[in-house]
Amino acid sequence: MNPLNITLISFGYFEKDFLEKLAEDVTREFLLPVKIKDGHLDLSEFHDPARRQYNGNRLLKEVDSRFSSESLKTLGLFSVDLFIPILTYIFGQALLNGRTGIVSLYRFNSERYGMKKDDKILLERFKKEVIHELGHTFGLIHCHVPTCVMRSSTYVEDIDQKNQNLCIRCRTELKLFP
Amino acid sequence: MAKKISILIVDDEESVRDSLFNWFIEDGYRVECAESAKKALSILESDNFDIILADIKMPGMDGLEMLRRIKFLKKDSIVIVMTAFATVDTAVQALKDGAFDYVTKPFDPDDLSHLIRNASKQIALAEENVVLKEQVISLENVEDLVGNSKAMIKVLRQVEHVAQSDSSVIITGESGTGKELIAKAIHSNSQRKFFPLVSVHCGALTESLLESELFGHEKGAFTGAMYNRKGRFEMADGGTIFLDEIATIPSKMQIELLRVLESKRFVRVGGNKEITSDFRVICATNRDLKSMVKEGTFREDLYYRLNVVNIHIPPLRERIEDIPLLVDYFIKKYCTSMNRQPITIDSAALKRLEGFDFPGNIRELENMIERAIVIGNGKEIHLKDLPLGKEIIDNSIESLEESEKIHIQLILTKYHWNISRSAKALKVDRVTLYKKIKKYDLKSAD
Repeated sequence: MNPLNITLISFGYFEKDFLEKLAEDVTREFLLPVKIKDGHLDLSEFHDPARRQYNGNRLLKEVDSRFSSESLKTLGLFSVDLFIPILTYIFGQALLNGRTGIVSLYRFNSERYGMKKDDKILLERFKKEVIHELGHTFGLIHCHVPTCVMRSSTYVEDIDQKNQNLCIRCRTELKLFP
Repeated sequence: MAKKISILIVDDEESVRDSLFNWFIEDGYRVECAESAKKALSILESDNFDIILADIKMPGMDGLEMLRRIKFLKKDSIVIVMTAFATVDTAVQALKDGAFDYVTKPFDPDDLSHLIRNASKQIALAEENVVLKEQVISLENVEDLVGNSKAMIKVLRQVEHVAQSDSSVIITGESGTGKELIAKAIHSNSQRKFFPLVSVHCGALTESLLESELFGHEKGAFTGAMYNRKGRFEMADGGTIFLDEIATIPSKMQIELLRVLESKRFVRVGGNKEITSDFRVICATNRDLKSMVKEGTFREDLYYRLNVVNIHIPPLRERIEDIPLLVDYFIKKYCTSMNRQPITIDSAALKRLEGFDFPGNIRELENMIERAIVIGNGKEIHLKDLPLGKEIIDNSIESLEESEKIHIQLILTKYHWNISRSAKALKVDRVTLYKKIKKYDLKSAD
């Protein structure tokens, strides 16, 4: 059985301080120790030149098969633009009740939307989506409570509207151990 | 809790199926995938899905052909078609063939959420519509027609048959047997059920009022006619007109009525414009119209025009096996309307009801039960709570002796056979009361 911890694997450059803050919040939310690791993947293999984006489905499979055997849950952190074949973009995705998820920072940057650079908001958005995708790996589906972190978000503004915590109902339904 | 929406994804590309599958699973939907139209149709043979999300371009049978086949099997299916090669022609064709929506791959996550949300709303509305229609039908339906006696079953069968036709119907039966309810049942089981059922109580109106009521009037047609008014025939357009107490219609009106029934055309009182209305006629009477025809008080031609089908409702005394059912029904009805716990009826009281003549028929029984619930102990109806032989039935009693006997019985029941209190209420001495009890052979039901 895998050790009862969560591993956050960064693929690409992330500031140490940024990742430590992220790990603290994840620990607080799931009450499990969080490890941070560096991961190495040749992302060009997952690049779709026609869409100029990275295939999220294939990345998720890769992370799941190569990096997630050592932890209860593993989340790949990226900074590239992710897509799945049917959608124009995704913020992240996870295997429901599985052991792996991925999230990308790419679309959380306010500058992409014509706003001023704001690292605080960037970290907030990233934390929320990391907790959201980990929530899926723990068996949670999208929640209708507007402030719950498990509420589905298709725009960054949706992410800004919700908290970084699970609502009481999601917390109750959380399957921490298989 | 809202129903879990089920989605069938049909696409030959595995990556598309997987992407959509994961996306919908995270949203909490029940999801299944099919890699071809053929597979999808075979899944649909044994399973139902609320939404079918299908690619148009697939090897073998394409999405449009599959859409047509699905629509042929299940008209109300919600099918959303997707394609990577958007052309106006295919989009128009898909929508013409009954697709709920059309999307071009790849789409924004938000578009996908909107798409499913709209389809879910449509499903909820369709389900609500079915429930509401059922409620409307059951509200107007035979809810109040209680009874499983042979006589009543025969009446209900007649209602069922006659409802499907457009023929005129005469409902006969004693007062209080439920003639209007039968008319409602015929209407609400007919194809006219979503149009009005207009009732006219002919006996309650004078000749001139009846004319204006049935045909309507133009402004200034008579003193007090300040505005144009639609008549009942006009209001019943598409539906049914119920003419209660048809035997009371004056002879002049009988001619008018016959003309309207034959042509379905009439003119408002004081007007000159001919109005056409499509209505069905149901009449009711407690009189013997055939005898009236013989006597010359009811027109023969009108009688035959109206009497295409005759439904006779037997009096309650001829179907006593329905009394327990009716008693139960009225107890539930009035306990609910008075916001009380349902009560029961003791066997002695029920036995007396079954042996009672009920000249006022079901209306009389209903009033009795309502009264018993109001004045009773709130747990069980006893004989003393039933006004058997008093208020409601005294019109049938002619002899003074019979009236005295019933009155004494009623007072004794009221005072639980306490002789002193009963004698005081009757304003006679105790000896006189004892003599009367002996004379009429009165006995306590308890």
